[in-house]
Amino acid sequence: MNIADNQELSSHLRTHFGEGIIVHGEYVEITIGKFERVAKYLKESLGYEFLSMITAIDYIDYFELVYRIEAFQNKATVQLKLKCEKVKPVVPSLSHLWYGARLQEREVYDLFGIEFSNHPNLKRIVLWEGFQGYPLRKDFKVKSYDAGN
Amino acid sequence: MEIEREPLTSSTEIENHEGAIIEDLRASSQNPLSDPTEWLEKTIERNILLTTVDAAINWARKTSLWPVTAFTACCTFEFIGASSSRFDIARFGMEVLRASPRQADLLVCGGTLTWKMAPQIKRLYEQMAEPKWVIAMGACAISGGIFHDSYSVVPGYNHIVPVDVYVPGCPPRPETLLAGIENLRRKIAQNSIKKSGTKR
Amino acid sequence: MTLATEQFILNIGPLHPSTHGVFRMRVTMDGETIQDVEPVFGYLHRGLEKLCESHTYKQNIPITDRLDYVSAINNNWPYVMAVEKLAEIQVPLRAEYLRVIMGELQRIASHLLAVGSLMNDMGVFYTAFMYMFREREKIIDLLEMVTGQRLLYNYMRFGGVSMDFPAEFIPALKRFLNIMPSYLDEYDSMMADNEILLSRTKGIGILTPEMAVNSSASGPLLRGSGVKWDLRKDAPYSVYDRFDFDIPTGNNGDCYDRYRVRMEEMRQSIRIINQAIEQLPSGKEKVMVPLRIRPPKGETYSQIEAPRGILGCYIVSDGSTKPYRCHFRAPAFINLTLLQELLIGQKLADAIIIFGSIDLSMGEVDR
Repeated sequence: MNIADNQELSSHLRTHFGEGIIVHGEYVEITIGKFERVAKYLKESLGYEFLSMITAIDYIDYFELVYRIEAFQNKATVQLKLKCEKVKPVVPSLSHLWYGARLQEREVYDLFGIEFSNHPNLKRIVLWEGFQGYPLRKDFKVKSYDAGN
Repeated sequence: MEIEREPLTSSTEIENHEGAIIEDLRASSQNPLSDPTEWLEKTIERNILLTTVDAAINWARKTSLWPVTAFTACCTFEFIGASSSRFDIARFGMEVLRASPRQADLLVCGGTLTWKMAPQIKRLYEQMAEPKWVIAMGACAISGGIFHDSYSVVPGYNHIVPVDVYVPGCPPRPETLLAGIENLRRKIAQNSIKKSGTKR
Repeated sequence: MTLATEQFILNIGPLHPSTHGVFRMRVTMDGETIQDVEPVFGYLHRGLEKLCESHTYKQNIPITDRLDYVSAINNNWPYVMAVEKLAEIQVPLRAEYLRVIMGELQRIASHLLAVGSLMNDMGVFYTAFMYMFREREKIIDLLEMVTGQRLLYNYMRFGGVSMDFPAEFIPALKRFLNIMPSYLDEYDSMMADNEILLSRTKGIGILTPEMAVNSSASGPLLRGSGVKWDLRKDAPYSVYDRFDFDIPTGNNGDCYDRYRVRMEEMRQSIRIINQAIEQLPSGKEKVMVPLRIRPPKGETYSQIEAPRGILGCYIVSDGSTKPYRCHFRAPAFINLTLLQELLIGQKLADAIIIFGSIDLSMGEVDR
């Protein structure tokens, strides 16, 4: 099925999943509770088959996860956003839907400390066991020369 | 699609053990090691004239340096460039790249060294037979380069192994590396067996 | 009589000639057959994304060079594209052409290395590799003529490129483009029908198109499985919509197809460069941009088709001189998700070839 833009997509999703789907420009924000079902629906019914990227951002008060999913058939892209709390962050894993989510979720876990529930092999990936802290969080300070402002 | 298999050994155990080794090494090597020539023991230093023997031994040592293939990052490609036909490192008796450290006497450290990699490089160095030399190739190997303030990068190979010659550049051109090797040969030529027989 | 057997664990890497950098696999073996693979990453994790947050936008360009160090020019591209999108900088037309020419030259150099080291893994130790390096040196000479560097070029700038072509570059490039197809023919005559290569790569490491898409694979790995997806055609960036070229795909998704796709892509790159030289417009190579650029608040994502797949850059700006967050979608890292899927059940000797056919550079995998 053809979907023109995010407004149409979100209204389509709202008819299926109710409230909790907000459009911010190029991004569609979804609440954690509905996220897994929406992703499954996008993949299996709307043809968004290629999970291109997963990453996270630390906004001091909360974490934001960004998922970029592409549809090869009609060359469409959807960018999903997911907010999660700073204390004990847990989000649903997509690795049972997309095999390609496995390493990327492990990377987010390693560098941000965000846990993915139901991930088959969630542990540190690029850093070693015993490393203190999560480097891409904003409160992780590294000594750095002043690059000027 | 699902691959659910029982792992043979607990990989968590291995990883915890390896992580502890990395943290230990990180804690114990916060300061750079000094130039290896300062380490020389002077126990059997005597006033015997050994010029000719020195010259012969040093000539043999400096003209067939066998490097071990231990490259971590970008500088690899400039070393391969130096060892391929155009720059032809074989002119220096170095075309035999050994995959085993036990057969090599030169460690060319090319590329960024991370703390996770540091125990392996240290072990590699310790496995090499005496006499052995180390060239730090490139900015990352000298001081960490543009990554020097990163949380996971060793600020220079000299925190882990004693370095003889530093070759600047990011990455150094093959000509620069050859100049570095020429410097190392000059350094080897100054060795004398009256200083404890081996280099260090 | 039956002999008692047991599984054993083999550790490959992190320093091994066939792991293409510092990569490590813990392989559980039953005889010669692989039962389980545990890849271990991070031996080259330099915290590149954290460093980007403490440097200004312009200082980050040389850092992106060090992502995938064998295709440095292609690494600059998504980063400068993303910043240009954020700060709304117009790139002159000539600069776009210069980017395409340099990027495609870099793609040829990168594929030469990929094919050469695949041959290394197959046991053709250094023979094919030396042939490939002969031509790679020619390309490096061309790139050096423009940028003055041999490996990490730091070529792109916001709003253009650092240097226009010197006068002697175009004739030298034309000489190279005339002679390169005959070199590719030479490789084909040596390798394409070689009995050993065929028996070691045909039908080995088969990746189905469904699995390739499901595991977010991209680049020659995806196209080798028959999925025709190339951003240069399907989501054209820069001036790629002005060129006429084909996207080679494989049929079986085995190692041989991936090798063929890379060989064919080099020919297509030559086609693109030839057209780009003909169309090359006059004009400036860059627009003036303030040294400490301050893009307005916002976030953006841009992606290009790098030699190893889709290389993306995601930037969040908070209006200051430094990016708030900078993430790279590294194709080699995501392609490696498939490693377990591809290796389990194979023989150890084939595993090295399959690993080589994925073609990765560790700088990009670990970042």
